[in-house]
Amino acid sequence: MRLRQTVPQPATAGVAPAMVTEERIARQSRIPRWVSYAGMPLFLALASLALYLWVTGQELDSIEQRQLNSEFITDKLIEHLKLAAVSTLFVIAIAVPLGIALTRPLLRRVTPLVVGVANIGQAVPSIGLLVLLAVVSGIGFRYAVIALVAYSVLPVLRNTMVGLQQVDRSFIEAGRGMGMSKASVLARIELPLAVPVIMAGVRTALVINVGTAALATFVNAGGLGDLISNGIALNRTPVLVTGSVLTGILALFIDWLGGVTEDVVRPKGL
Amino acid sequence: MTDPSHHSDRSSGGEPMIRLEGLTKRFPGQKELAVDDLTMHIPDGEIIVLVGPSGSGKTTTLRMINRLIEPSSGKIILEGEDVTSIHPDRLRRRMGYVIQQVGLFPHMTIAQNIATVPKMLGWDRKRIAERTDELLTLIRMDPETYRSRYPKELSGGQRQRVGVARALAADPPVILMDEPFSAIDPITRGGLQDEFLRLQALIKKTIVFVTHDIDEAVKMGDRIAILRERSQIAQYDTPEHILTHPVDDFVRDFVGTGAAIRRLSLSAVDSVKWAEWPVAQLPAEVAQVREVLGRSGKSAVLLLDEERRPLRWVDGRALESSDRLSVEPGAIALPTVLPTTTLHSALDEMLKSGYGSVIVADAGGHYQGVVDLETVLKAVHDMREEVVVPAQDWTPEEVVASP
Repeated sequence: MRLRQTVPQPATAGVAPAMVTEERIARQSRIPRWVSYAGMPLFLALASLALYLWVTGQELDSIEQRQLNSEFITDKLIEHLKLAAVSTLFVIAIAVPLGIALTRPLLRRVTPLVVGVANIGQAVPSIGLLVLLAVVSGIGFRYAVIALVAYSVLPVLRNTMVGLQQVDRSFIEAGRGMGMSKASVLARIELPLAVPVIMAGVRTALVINVGTAALATFVNAGGLGDLISNGIALNRTPVLVTGSVLTGILALFIDWLGGVTEDVVRPKGL
Repeated sequence: MTDPSHHSDRSSGGEPMIRLEGLTKRFPGQKELAVDDLTMHIPDGEIIVLVGPSGSGKTTTLRMINRLIEPSSGKIILEGEDVTSIHPDRLRRRMGYVIQQVGLFPHMTIAQNIATVPKMLGWDRKRIAERTDELLTLIRMDPETYRSRYPKELSGGQRQRVGVARALAADPPVILMDEPFSAIDPITRGGLQDEFLRLQALIKKTIVFVTHDIDEAVKMGDRIAILRERSQIAQYDTPEHILTHPVDDFVRDFVGTGAAIRRLSLSAVDSVKWAEWPVAQLPAEVAQVREVLGRSGKSAVLLLDEERRPLRWVDGRALESSDRLSVEPGAIALPTVLPTTTLHSALDEMLKSGYGSVIVADAGGHYQGVVDLETVLKAVHDMREEVVVPAQDWTPEEVVASP
């Protein structure tokens, strides 16, 4: 026993170099981070450039000119982003606390009911939901947001619940056993460990909202959908194409942004 | 190698650290009680092992002590204070808790994990940092190297050691351990057990330790409580007593065969009376040695060098064929053990070498004495006669070179 005291722990000496090697291998086998991050914006920039060149190459009549100028498009883009952002914020504000509440023992019994309702929201076709809401309540920004929230609340709710449920019980047991309160276990252990899954849900909701916000035009809430519906109604292909392509680019860009955010907010050590 | 000195029977007078009074648990919807009227006193500064077959309620009992499971009735008295109805979070901060899966928080560094309880208790940052480094040093993990690592970067054994450090962080008087070493491979487990006993010699906490493994219980426990169904205490006693005097068939069955052999791993070589053995130290004459051998009635003399280090076994035949002791007669002096070696290991060495005896030498290689088969047999016999282990004087300094 006395001998063992003086001999340095072999583990102490051995771990560090082994780990460095492991990390290096992992880094080499993957594409460098910045390449995978830069790829999508680069592609989207090229797509935007191509769209711009194609549109400027067309001879535009006065109707088209009224739609396809930077001022009008910027307005529509901002409207669109506002719809998506506001509805996603509401989704987070509703679904995350709801998801937390539904995973607590007290409310676990009503969980299937609430998830069922959220399921209905997503199962109903988005355009149907939007128009139905317009008929029942009214039109404009507010009602578009309500419809978008109803449509995209499920992924965040479900991911919040799954994210919390998949947290290893032993972490909670250890925390409670050390005298952490339930709230503190939730805030300091469960939620941080659920963040990657919750973020994936938020990203999904955000992308759904950007896509679905194109339908807000039908309840007079603006957005890039205006370009698409005007293009159809006025039979102007450049307007239609610009609206659709821009919506697509925006959705892909937001998805990329979500992916980067996921990587940034994921707790270290996982 | 087990250091058996922690088994020395410290009679603890006065108030026990924990008293469980008529502790009972009935889980809702179950007819049978999980724990039925358990009364138990847990003395200060000892390792108490709760051991029993699965379903005996030992984990339930442990989790009732820190009220992760609330007792249906009964009382928990900690340091003389009834803690049955104080806020459980406050109770738990006075008890370290180590579980089998360790449960290190994966998103926090080693230092942050260890700092969990001190942080809740509102220690300032400097004090927390000092305590963290102190604990990492205590479990022999270099603070510089490990403090900012994440749990996934550690081996299973290292994680379990950090788990113990985390439980010790706020210096609680009591540590509860629920099968802490069960999920670890046997080789690492032995090392962790030794390491923990070394630690306990320094910190002298009151430890309640749950295991299903009687060998682990014998090795770790100052006292063992063998539990049968519904956490009924079949026997609550020192490992020595349980191995030599099981109270009934249940305990006998649970301890199983090999109890006598197990008992040998509780005593060190220096706790028994050594054999009288003829020795001769160089420089010595052949005639002298021959005389010593003749007088002893043994088959060989142990020849020591000028600094009393064992050299060779010299028997009568070797003495006849050579007239100079400095060269070659006899067989090399093997096997050698340390005074702290357990009798179990010493016996093992004897059987392996085929000599029927082992030489005891200190860490510097100087001759101390000889233990032979007869010595071991006598020790086993004495254990049956009087179960009380000879008390040993020891201090932590003996066990640990540098704290």
